[in-house]
Parts: sequence; structure tokens; C-alpha cells
Amino acid sequence: MTMSPNSATPAALELNSATKSFGAVTALADGTIEIRFGEIHALVGENGAGKSTLVKILAGVHQPDSGHFTVNGEHVSFRSPADSKDAGISVIYQEPTLFPDLTVAENIFIGRQPRGRLGLIDRASMHSQARELFARLGVPIDPDRVAEGLSIADQQIIEIAKAISLDARILVMDEPTAALSGVEVERLFAVARSLRDRGTGILFISHRFDEVFDLCDRITVMRDGAFIATHDTPDITVDGLVREMVGRDIATLFPKQDAAIGEAVLSVSNLTRAGVFTDISFDVRAGEIVALAGLVGAGRTEVARAVFGIDRYDTGTVLLSGKPIRAHSPQSAIDAGMGFVPEDRRKQGLVMDLSVARNVTLTLRRTLARFGLINAKDERRVAEEWSARLQVKTGSQDLSVATLSGGNQQKVVIAKWLATAPRLLIVDEPTRGIDVGTKAEVHRLISELAVQGIAVLMISSELPEVLGMADTILVMHEGRISARLSRDEATAEAVLHAASASPESAA
Amino acid sequence: MSQTLSPPVERPAAGRALGRTFVSREFSVFAALAVLIIVTAIINPRFLAAQGVKDLLLNSTIFVIMAVGLAVVVITNNVDLSIGSILGLSAFGTGSLFHAFPSIPIPLVFLIGIVFGAVLGAINGLVVTIAGVPSLVITLGTLYIFRGINNAWAGSTQYFIGNEPKEFGNLSVQTLWGIPLFAVAALIVVILAAIFMFGTRAGRDLYAIGSDTEAARLFGINVTGRVVGAFVASGALTGLAGVLYASRFNSVGADTGTGFELQIVAAVVVGGVAIFGGSGTVTGAAIGAVLLTTMTGALAALNVSKFWQQAIVGALIIAAILLDRILSVRTARKLRVSEARNV
Repeated sequence: MTMSPNSATPAALELNSATKSFGAVTALADGTIEIRFGEIHALVGENGAGKSTLVKILAGVHQPDSGHFTVNGEHVSFRSPADSKDAGISVIYQEPTLFPDLTVAENIFIGRQPRGRLGLIDRASMHSQARELFARLGVPIDPDRVAEGLSIADQQIIEIAKAISLDARILVMDEPTAALSGVEVERLFAVARSLRDRGTGILFISHRFDEVFDLCDRITVMRDGAFIATHDTPDITVDGLVREMVGRDIATLFPKQDAAIGEAVLSVSNLTRAGVFTDISFDVRAGEIVALAGLVGAGRTEVARAVFGIDRYDTGTVLLSGKPIRAHSPQSAIDAGMGFVPEDRRKQGLVMDLSVARNVTLTLRRTLARFGLINAKDERRVAEEWSARLQVKTGSQDLSVATLSGGNQQKVVIAKWLATAPRLLIVDEPTRGIDVGTKAEVHRLISELAVQGIAVLMISSELPEVLGMADTILVMHEGRISARLSRDEATAEAVLHAASASPESAA
Repeated sequence: MSQTLSPPVERPAAGRALGRTFVSREFSVFAALAVLIIVTAIINPRFLAAQGVKDLLLNSTIFVIMAVGLAVVVITNNVDLSIGSILGLSAFGTGSLFHAFPSIPIPLVFLIGIVFGAVLGAINGLVVTIAGVPSLVITLGTLYIFRGINNAWAGSTQYFIGNEPKEFGNLSVQTLWGIPLFAVAALIVVILAAIFMFGTRAGRDLYAIGSDTEAARLFGINVTGRVVGAFVASGALTGLAGVLYASRFNSVGADTGTGFELQIVAAVVVGGVAIFGGSGTVTGAAIGAVLLTTMTGALAALNVSKFWQQAIVGALIIAAILLDRILSVRTARKLRVSEARNV
């Protein structure tokens, strides 16, 4: 079944030693990949390994700072997604970008609709071409329906149909299966295999090892923004792959301090929201750091948002220090002593145009106010106190928070919540987009909070962070907790296995 | 192979239901119009006398043409609030032209009016796309700028056009096979615009832009060019409407067309064009304009106070938007549950 690619097959696409930096952050240190016609090539690596940046270079969204890039043996440098498309590359993202108001057929042919008399669009021909494409793919989708409301699986099939109609020779699929059910995955794989057998080169990005080994001919591993190795699938095992993906000494990275662990602060039992997460139960105790690990889309953030009262849940209870928290009410969660440091600081955690002082005291408007007016002197005093304690580096408390670096912005968000003296702090991806140096500082801060007796619930996609910081690790997979690991029994392999739910997940 | 997660019948059925509601959006406006006319005619038979129908058609002409233009803009997820002021400038410009050159050929006046409106529309479109500022703000600004220019230009001058070149004033009472000439013009505008929006690549691009502007840009659609084009079309049609207004109504002055923009926005929304773009048709917007203008006449024929009329228009707008909202919430909920993987 699996074609054994030989080196005589010409390379469809070759990227060599590409680099890409955003400001001081190096996203890609060595982007190297070679895709051949007629193969399915897997790209694996942890979150933050640089896969997405590499994909965006192939897609023409990002331009590499340096490196060598050839398509079909010819040197290329894309300035826009259109250039990439013209070179025969189609990229299918995890969440396809369709026009929800247009019909399926129009989504496939927009801008290239077949034209008949008077230059008007020939809808009959457009629809029969679309129907033909779906017949070829073996998937019955009605070309006349609007794209709104289509499942992600169907949207991806439409993107593939679009790629075929564009005559794409190289298809890049960025975690296409993350949001699909088993049956839908099988359908997608059948389509991918038939495209490969017709000579298309496919780059397939996935976190699920069973899929990678089932589908792909070769596997390229990336770590820390750099190319590690490319293997023929039969020559490598899951364990070997995991070792190459993790491959570094975790213990030295994060200086976690030992904290005395006390009574349960947060108790979540049987929390369920139809279609999002199911039967989630766990405790977070005083001084304990509990990490929610898992793949993007596993439902971790959704659980945290439900606990904090931002989103609704269907059944289950949330107790803080033994007292029930009213569902769907962030204010009652805050009153009871919860804080929430969201994943997207810029949009959800901070008011970017306001000063550092204003942002820090945002959660204290009530306690600082007298007769409904906020005393500016008190506000400044509180803000200065917290900035000093967290070592926020800012020129002045009056500067807008947008002028700070990512790490310092994160400290402002944490300061904002600490000022409310919380008993439980939820931190969602605390170090995303923060450069390596400041990361350690954020980790030190979180660790200190635990020492002070605050219960911490941390969501993180970064394995070293999870392993280095957490006392207890809850791994989520497709809306359920698939493993509970104590600090002693947690290994990178165990977490990865449970997150991708490969058969080895014994926990 | 063809298995799907949800029961296989469900998805196509949902698709058809969705398709039906889109069809019914225009149909329901049309039905509302029909009901309004029939009920009014039963209560007050004089409403449908020959002169009554003719007035009805004539009165809605100008709004229909403007609504078609604005619908094109709204479909791209923009809005043009300056159209009332553009109409005023075009109408007063027409009066000034006849005042200065009484023998100017009438077709030339129409051409000048259309080009003038197109230029004002282009200004809107260029500022919106270059500055990247929401069109709501930009055109709110040009609403006042254009109106200010009109005030400065006209001062207290009022032109009574009907008296000057008789043929121009007569245009509004001429008929073709018994149908007012203006109504024929409006019908042609609606048909051409409908064909353009439904049947050309450029028209479909406008829907794509309104549906998801970022995706359209990623897809390589010339978003800037298309959006400017939409504003130019709206301006040109409003320019045309301004010339027709000058012919139809006796006088034009500094405040001609004041407040029209909101009435046209109302017509477009009631006609089923989504205010955030991407869906709806110019035909729907045109029917919406006819509905709103007919309401004025109908309520008068029914001896309903003029004040109630405004409240009813408001209720219609809210009903139209609520309908959209209910539909999309329902779709989203259905999706969430049907895509649930293991629940």
C-alpha cells in the first residue's frame, strides 16, 4: 500500500535552512524540508517547534529572512499568498477560510467562475464541475448550499476540491484532523491517498502519531524552530519520534520551588458542555500548580472559561473553598476569589491604550472608589506597589501598556489579578509569544504564587513548561481528561501519548 | 465512504432549509407589500385608482434607485450615509444647470448628474479604503461636508425647475405603455444591477468581500478596487436619482434630500440585505424601498397618523434584524451539537 519513495523521484518542493525572526524572537532557525511528488510527508514537532512558521513561508504569508527555496527545481521567493498559489501550492488550514454566505460551488470557483454568454457566470457549468470534483473525491456535498453551517470536515473537503480545480501539485495540510471525528479522518485520508497516487506531493502536519504512521511515507521532525531529521516511516518508531521531538533537558529550564500543599481550593465535578467537553472533574489545592495539557482544540481553554463563568456549561458543579460558584457569572467567580489570565493578553487581558497603572487597578475599581469616584493617588500607589513586586519594567506608570514587551505585559495582567488577592489563579498559556529570557521570569512568578498558598490552574501547550511547573498534570483529549499524572510519574512520552490518545496511553 | 457523523439526511435538509429562508427573505418582503396594498385597497378603494397606482410608482422610483446603489455598498460590509447629501447636491446642481443654461440638452444633464454622483462616491470609496477607517465614520463625515457645500452653494436660493424647461418637468408625468417613465427607468436599473450582482465575477467578488473581507484578500480578490467600485456605483445611482428628483418635485434647495440616507438604509435592511454584508439582493432592497414608500401612502389612505408610520418603519427594521439573528443563532446551536464528537 505505502509507496516506497526512492531518491530518484524529483523534489516537488525544497526549503533549505530558512530562517524567520519576529523582532527579537526567532520563530524559525533552520526550516528545512523536501517534499516529493507522489508522497505524503509528515511534519511533526511540539507546539512552538516552528511548524506553523514553516507552513506560512510555503504559503507565501511570511517571507523568510534567509534560506533557499525551490519549487519544481526553480528558485522562488513568494511575496504574497497569490504567488504561492500560482506556483501550484495549496494550503489547507486547520480552520478553513470559506465565504459563509456563498454557495459551495462559488467558494470553489470564486474569481474563476466559468463564463458563458455575455461574459455572465455559467452557473449550470459551475455546479456540474463542482459536482464532478466531489464525485472524484467520493464525498457527496451539495454544491448549491451556502457554506455557512458546514462542518469543518466538509469545509476542508471543499478546500481540497478548490486545490484540485486549481491544479495544485503540492498540498499542505496544517493539522487538518485536529477537529475531525474518526469517520471524517478516514474520509480525509482516503482523499489524500488518492491524490498522492495521482502524483500530488502532500505535506501533512499532525500531532497524532497513529495518523502519521498510518498515512505518511516520510516523517520530518522539528524542534525549537530547527530541522532535526527526516525518516522513511518504516525506519522509525513512535518512541524514537517522541525522543527527537522532546530531546532536551527539561529540569534545568524552570526553577520550580517546593510549596506546601494544603486544602482543596477549587473543586470541579462532572462539568459537561455538549459538544465541547465531557465529565470533567478535578481539584486544585492551595499551593498546588495543576496543568491542563493536551492538543489545541482538546477543550482545555473551554473548561477554564466555564469554570471562571465566561461560558455556560450544561451540567456539573464548581466549588471554590467548598462554596458553589454561580454558573455563567465571572463577577461571582471574582468575588469568590478567582483570577483569570487569558491566553490572548492583547485582546482579553489588557486594555492596550490605557496606562500601566490603569490596567493594574482595573479589577479594583470598586475597592478603590469612594462615592463612585476613583482616587487617582490611591490608584497610583497600588499600581506602583504591584509593579515593584512583580518587577514590571516600564518607564512610567503613565505609559500605555502597549509599549511594554510581551513578558512585561503578562506581568501587568498577573499583577492586575494579584491585586484582588485571589485564592485561585487560572493562567492560560502564560508564556505564549514571550521570549525565552522572560519566560523564566514568568515561571518564577507563578511558582512564587504557589509558595504563597495560591492555587494555580495552568493551561499550557508547551511540554517543558507543563513538566517543569506542574505538581499535577491533567491531560485532555477530545473534551475528556485522558490521563492524570503526578509530578513524579509525568514524562514527556506519557503526556504526548495521552494527548494524542495513541494506544500506549496506559494512564 | 459516504458516511457522515450526523444522520446522512440531516445535512442536505439543513442546507435546503437555509436556502429556503434566503429565498423567503425577499419573498416575505414582497408578501408584506402585497398584503399592505390589498388590505388598504379593501378598506379604501380609492387607494388603487389609476392615479393612486401611478403616484405609488412615481414616489418609490427615487428611493428604489438609491436603495439599489446602497445595497451594493452594504453587501460589501460597508455603508454610505452621505447619499442624502449627494442627492441634494445633484438635485440642486440640476437646478443650477437649467438656471444658467436654459437650453442645455436634457440627456447631458442626466449624464452630468450621474458623473457628479460617481465622483462623490469615488471620494467616499477612496477615503474608506486608503484610510482603512470604517465607512460608517467616513461617510458620516462626508454627509456633513457635502451638505455643508450644498448650504454654502445654495444659500437661500430655491430653484423651481418645473417652470424652466417644460420638457424636463414633464418627464415625470410621461408614461410608456401607461407606466410612468421614471418607474421604467428604475426597473431597468434594478434589472441591470441584479444581473451584475448575480451573474458577473465582479458582482460575486462583492459578496465574497462582504462575507469575509480578510479571506477575500487572502484569496487574491482586489478588495480595494471592488469596494471603491461599489461606492462609485452607489454615488452614480444617487446622482441619477438627484436629477429625477429635480424633475419630479417642484423645488430644490439647500436641504433637499436631508435625512434620506436613513430611510434608504431602512429600505435596504427591511429588503433583506444583511447589514454586515455578504447576503441579500438588490431586488430585495428595491422591494424594501417600494414597501416603505407605499406605507406612507397606505397609512394616509387609512387615516393613520403620520407619527405612527415612523414607529411602524422602526418595528419593521427591528423585525428584519431579529429574523437574521434568530436564524444565525439557531444554525450555530445546531452546528455545535451536530459536530459534537463523543457526547
